[in-house]
Amino acid sequence: MKLKEYQGRELFQEADIPAPEGTVVSSLEEFDEVADDLAYPVVVKAQVLAGGRGKAGGVKFADDAGEAREHVDDILGMEIKGLTVDEVLLVKMIEIEHELYASVLVDRSQRLPMVMVSPEGGVDIESVPDEDIYTVNVNPFTGFSPYHARQLLAGLDVDRDVEKQLASVLGKMFELFQDRDADLVEINPLAITPDGDVVAADSKFKIDDSADFRNQDVEASQEDVPELEREANEKGIAFVELEGDIGVIANGAGLTMATLDAIEHYGGKGGTFLDLGGTDDPEKVKTCFDLLTRADPSVIFLNLFGGITKADTVAEGVVQVLEEEGLDVPLVTRIRGVNEERAREMLRDAGVTATQDLKKAAEKAVQLETEASNGGAR
Amino acid sequence: MGAIIDDETKVIVQGITGHQGRFHSRAMMDFGTNVVGGVTPGKGGEEVNGLPVFDTVQDAVDETGADASVVFVPAAFARDAALEALDAGIELVNVITEHIPVQDAIDFGHYADYEDARVLGPNCPGICAPGDETKLGILPNRIFSPGNVGIVSRSGTLTYEMVGALSEAGIGQSTVIGIGGDQTPGTTFVDALECFEQDPDTDEIILVGEIGGTAEEEAAEYITRNVSKPVHAYIAGRSAPQGKQMGHAGAIVTRGKGTAESKIEAFENAGCEVMDFPTDAPDYVKG
Repeated sequence: MKLKEYQGRELFQEADIPAPEGTVVSSLEEFDEVADDLAYPVVVKAQVLAGGRGKAGGVKFADDAGEAREHVDDILGMEIKGLTVDEVLLVKMIEIEHELYASVLVDRSQRLPMVMVSPEGGVDIESVPDEDIYTVNVNPFTGFSPYHARQLLAGLDVDRDVEKQLASVLGKMFELFQDRDADLVEINPLAITPDGDVVAADSKFKIDDSADFRNQDVEASQEDVPELEREANEKGIAFVELEGDIGVIANGAGLTMATLDAIEHYGGKGGTFLDLGGTDDPEKVKTCFDLLTRADPSVIFLNLFGGITKADTVAEGVVQVLEEEGLDVPLVTRIRGVNEERAREMLRDAGVTATQDLKKAAEKAVQLETEASNGGAR
Repeated sequence: MGAIIDDETKVIVQGITGHQGRFHSRAMMDFGTNVVGGVTPGKGGEEVNGLPVFDTVQDAVDETGADASVVFVPAAFARDAALEALDAGIELVNVITEHIPVQDAIDFGHYADYEDARVLGPNCPGICAPGDETKLGILPNRIFSPGNVGIVSRSGTLTYEMVGALSEAGIGQSTVIGIGGDQTPGTTFVDALECFEQDPDTDEIILVGEIGGTAEEEAAEYITRNVSKPVHAYIAGRSAPQGKQMGHAGAIVTRGKGTAESKIEAFENAGCEVMDFPTDAPDYVKG
C-alpha cells in the first residue's frame, strides 16, 4: 500500500519528525474554513498516488489566500495519470539552504534493512551517482544506533547541531519503518533551513502489501493501476497487463514468465498474463478467463503444470467457459502433470488445440496471433 | 544422503491441524518422509494422520527428537511459528506460507543465523531428496526419481517442470531445493550451491533463477570461485518489461537492475550453460 504525501506526513508527525505546517482540504468550502489560518506563502500539492505531479500541473505556489484558492480550485478534480485529484495539501513554503536525501528500505542482497543518505537531495535518487550515496545496514534486532548515524553522516559537511538533528530523524525513520512494516520510508528533500533546522519537505511511504493487516488505521487510496489489474488483485489473482496480444494463463509466477519468454522466442509478444496459482477450482478458472478476455487478447495461451493441481479439473473449467460463454479468440493449451492425458482429451473434444510440448504450443500461439493480426488488417 | 535432508531427518509439521497441514503431512509420509508429529497451539493431545499433535514446538522436540519443521501456519502467525521452532533447536525450518511480511522474513532469517540453523523459504515449495525417500513441503511426489542432479530454484512450477522432464528422460535428482520467490529467502542460491558442491551424491547442478534482485549474479560469482561441478542455468523473465512485478514479490526489474540479460551474462561468464526453455533440461544434463 502506497501512502499519499499527507498520510506519510501524518506518520512523521506521530513519530516527531519535523515537517512544515500543512493542512489537507478536499473542497473549496474546506479551504475557506482554514484559509485565514494558513502561513503564507504556501505550496498547493495534488494528493494522488502518481509520479510527475509537478509536470502535470498538480503543484503550485501561492503568496496569499486568494491565489491559493484559485490553485485549489484548479487542482481539485484534475486528472493525473487517470486518477482524479480529490484532496489537496497546503503546506507552508520554507526557505531551504540545503537539500538532502534520506530513506530506509530493504536491502535484498544483505537481507537486512538499509538506511540511505545522500547530500544530493531534491532530485530523483536514481540520477545520483553511487559515490554520493551513503548506506548502512541495520540489524533488525539491535535497531538503529548512534554509530549508524555517525557512519552515515561522516561524509556530510554539516555542523554538529544539524548532525544531531539528522541522526534523530534517521532513527525515527527507522523506527517507523519497523513499526509500520514499510517497504520504503523516504524523505526527499530532507531540508536544512537557513536557521539550521532539519525539516521533512516531502514524504514517500510504502507499506509492505503483506503487512496491510497490521496497518488498518491507514486508509488505502487508489493507485495508478489499470482497472482490470485492480479487479483481479481484489480477487487474489496475480494479473499484469503487458503490450502484446497473446493473453497468457499459467500457474505459478515462474512458469508464467517462462511462457511469455517462449512466446517471445518465436517472435510473438506476450500480452496480459494471469497466474492461476495453485487452484484447480473450475469456478476460478472461469473467473480467470473472464478477466483475460476483457483485456482483449487476439489469442489465449493456457500453460499448465499440474503438480498437485489436477489438470483435468482445470480443463473442466475451460470446457465450461467454452460451452457457456464461448470464446471469440483461438485458445492454445499446453498441459502437463496430474491427469494430463484426460485433460488434453477433454480440451481436444471441445475443439481446442492441446499439446504437452511447450515449444509447439508457443509456436502455435504466435502463428495464430500473426494470422489474427493479418486478418484484422485486411 | 541428500545435501540438506536425508532419511534420518525427523520432521514436525507446524499447523498440522489445518487443511494444508493435514493434506501435506499425509503426502510427505506417503513419499517416505519420517514425519514424527505436528504442532498446533491449543490442539495438544489430538492426532492427525496417526501423528501426535503438540501445543508447542518445544514439547514436540522433547517427545520426538524432531530436527526439522515445515511451517503451514497463516502469514500473520508465521514469524512467531518460525522463531518458536528456531528457539526449540530445530535445525531446518521450512516455511511454505506465502505473503509473509518481508520484515518478518528478515527477522526469522537472522534469528536462524544466530541459532546456527537454516530457514528455507518463505513462499517456497520445499525440499526433496528422492534417494532418501524424504521430502519436506508441497512438492508433488510422483515427479521425482533418485539420481545425481541437484536442482535449486526460485520457482515452484518451473521446478516441477524440470524435475518432471528429467525423470521422464531417465535422469534422477540428488536433492531438489525450492528457495522461494520472496525478496529475502532464508536459504539463497549461494547456500544451496555450497551444499551441492560438498554433497558427494551430486554430480551436476541446475539453477533456476528469475528476474529481480541480484541473487543470480552473486551465485554466478560464487560458482566462478567455489564450484567445480557443472552448473546449468535457466532464467525466467527475459521478456519482462522494467518496473512490472511479474507475479512473485521478488520478480521485478528496478532501476535497470535485476534484468534477465545481466543474469544470463553473469552465468555465461561463470562458464555455465544457459537454457532457452525449462523443458530442455534433459539435453543439458549428462545424468
